[in-house]
Amino acid sequence: MSSDVGFPADPSLAPTLHDAPRVIRVSRLGKQYQLGARARYRTLREALVESAMGIARSVGRGRTRRAVERFWALDDVSFDVAQGDVVGIIGRNGSGKSTLLKILSRIVEPTRGTVDLEGRVGSLLEVGTGFHPDLTGRENVFLSGAILGMRRTEIDKKFDEIVEFAEVERFIDTQVKHYSSGMYMRLAFSVAAHLEPDILVVDEVLAVGDAAFQKKCLGKMGTVARHGRTVLFVSHNMGAVVSLCSRSLLLQSGHLVLDSDPITVAARYQATLTAAPTSTTDLAGAEHYGSGKARFVSLRFVPERRDGTTREMMCPGSRLRVETRIVCSAPVDSANVGITVYDASGYRLVDANTAMQGRFVSMKPGDEARVDFALDDVRLKPGTYLVGLWMGRSNVEDIDGILYAATLEVEPDPQQLQHSEQFPGSYLCAFKHSVVISTQAGDVASPGVRDEPGQRSAAGASR
Amino acid sequence: MTHTSIRPHTLRIEPTRGWVALRLGEVVAYRELLYFLVWRDLKVRYKQTILGVAWAVLQPLLTMLVFALFFGRLARVPSDGVPYPLFAYTALVPWTFFATGLTLASNSLVGSANLITKVYFPRLTIPLATVLAGLVDFALAFPVLFGLMWWNGVAPTAQVVWLPVFIALAFATALGVGLWLSALNVEFRDVRHVVPFLTQLWMFATPIAYPSSLLPEKWRTLYALNPMVGVVEGFRWALLGTATRPGPMIVVSGAAAVALLIGGAFFFRRMERTFADVV
Repeated sequence: MSSDVGFPADPSLAPTLHDAPRVIRVSRLGKQYQLGARARYRTLREALVESAMGIARSVGRGRTRRAVERFWALDDVSFDVAQGDVVGIIGRNGSGKSTLLKILSRIVEPTRGTVDLEGRVGSLLEVGTGFHPDLTGRENVFLSGAILGMRRTEIDKKFDEIVEFAEVERFIDTQVKHYSSGMYMRLAFSVAAHLEPDILVVDEVLAVGDAAFQKKCLGKMGTVARHGRTVLFVSHNMGAVVSLCSRSLLLQSGHLVLDSDPITVAARYQATLTAAPTSTTDLAGAEHYGSGKARFVSLRFVPERRDGTTREMMCPGSRLRVETRIVCSAPVDSANVGITVYDASGYRLVDANTAMQGRFVSMKPGDEARVDFALDDVRLKPGTYLVGLWMGRSNVEDIDGILYAATLEVEPDPQQLQHSEQFPGSYLCAFKHSVVISTQAGDVASPGVRDEPGQRSAAGASR
Repeated sequence: MTHTSIRPHTLRIEPTRGWVALRLGEVVAYRELLYFLVWRDLKVRYKQTILGVAWAVLQPLLTMLVFALFFGRLARVPSDGVPYPLFAYTALVPWTFFATGLTLASNSLVGSANLITKVYFPRLTIPLATVLAGLVDFALAFPVLFGLMWWNGVAPTAQVVWLPVFIALAFATALGVGLWLSALNVEFRDVRHVVPFLTQLWMFATPIAYPSSLLPEKWRTLYALNPMVGVVEGFRWALLGTATRPGPMIVVSGAAAVALLIGGAFFFRRMERTFADVV
């Protein structure tokens, strides 16, 4: 919006629209959750036992209460947002971004602190909120619109525009369960995109649909932003944050650590990624299946550069060493040991096991084995993956298996951040490209171009 | 930062504790959403069913046939001078509305978890919409009731003008119990197992298969603490002109229903703040 204005050195000043009224004021906001001691939901029996124990304790005979592990998903966060600001909120998984958006959208209540909001708030934390598969596209537009907070007259007025934007005119009277996932997403996003609140709170909704539709969505977000509406936008997509936002907040373990212009924040975010430790997962508490003659006890990921030196984060093209430890309690003869990488929706992407390379593992009770796999040139796209472990004999027995033993985070390569607009999908092939443009003056070839200047300036101009 | 201040008509989000205001005004402000939720429930309920809305009539009708055979014909349960099938059906119409409303409402919040965790609106609209949608089935069962009255040669008396009061009482009871159970169900999934059992017991504690005149006079007032007693006796009195004097029973039932409803609404609002965290 103000690419001609330099970003101020003092990050506490909003980079844009200093004189605009503040429409969001967040003051010392905190949200506490309890971990472990309590399941996702309780049974009445547990509650009764707990209160009975409470009574027992109060007469001085009970045991001390199990330690309840509490943690602050959001801790002492304060900031102001001026009218017309487009604020990108970034941070790793679990940094409190979603909690913050949920509090601002009034979905969850804060544990302490206050938020003052001025104007109508619309929140898009998911594409297709309120869609019902058995209803037609038309019916869902009205239902979803109403749930997102649109008035009926407003939906009536915008109906044609919504359908046209989603490109589903022909199927608008078909039940959405017969839609392709792309059509469904387009219609769902289109309803959301036509919401016109004073303050728009958006969570990663852009990560849907095919590349062309994503472009269209980003374009729509840009339009919303230029119309002076206030937008809070959570994303992992640094490209989108940098191109859309006038300001960015970096959250880390529930704390607001940086409030500045998007480029500064994106750079700092990348720096925090590199500080992530190599992780060892203890598998004692994991859900095992199989005979249990031997058990996986730990799993560790060690990302490596191509030269074999350890690096602190996993990026596309890195090597990945997966180290497993197995403890044996009953004789195991000629077992196959393997790992599987799944994407976040559970599709198998990578299989590696010893049998593929003609190796079988035999163990005696008391033995401890280390089985490591070195995956070379892992070109998974940035995102969250799940790693499963299995040991057994194909079609004979499962000795030990853990469907999802640990999550593997693949981060965008910091060196390629500037160019990496993230497209959906899982696999990132190594590639070269060339462009040949035929003009009347003759062919102009530009082989191996990595970046198109035109695109960069377009991205710059859209701010 | 000091030169601009938040103007007074601001929404403040802050932690709340204990009992909080019902904020019914907000539910009214979201009436369009309420309308759409009712509309969705109705649209979806009978999709992909062969008999469609006929289910709304079949449920009380088939139950009535079973009751008429076993209680009416074989056990010869008295029926206040009314033909037994009509006697039972008149009670089963409001009862089916109540039992269905209560069952669907108790699951309504858990079933709407995807909405509750993604968007804000007054949560009271969810069970409210469920019970309101039940009113349509309720209305559909009436023509059969009137047909049955005509068949048995029973004409409604002037007392029929009181019928809306008993419908309101049934609605308040279903919503009241629905609010308690739906809020409890979010945290304690035991409710799911309790509800079928509860409706079954409640049915026997309500004079559906038998008249409340079977009870000694002095117990009837206590008996009416079950608001459905007032509803059922009220329906029979208003439509069939049964001799049972339901006056004191209805007052007691009405008071119990109002207490259930108000208590349920406050309990719901108290539990509401953690719905999105635990659902």
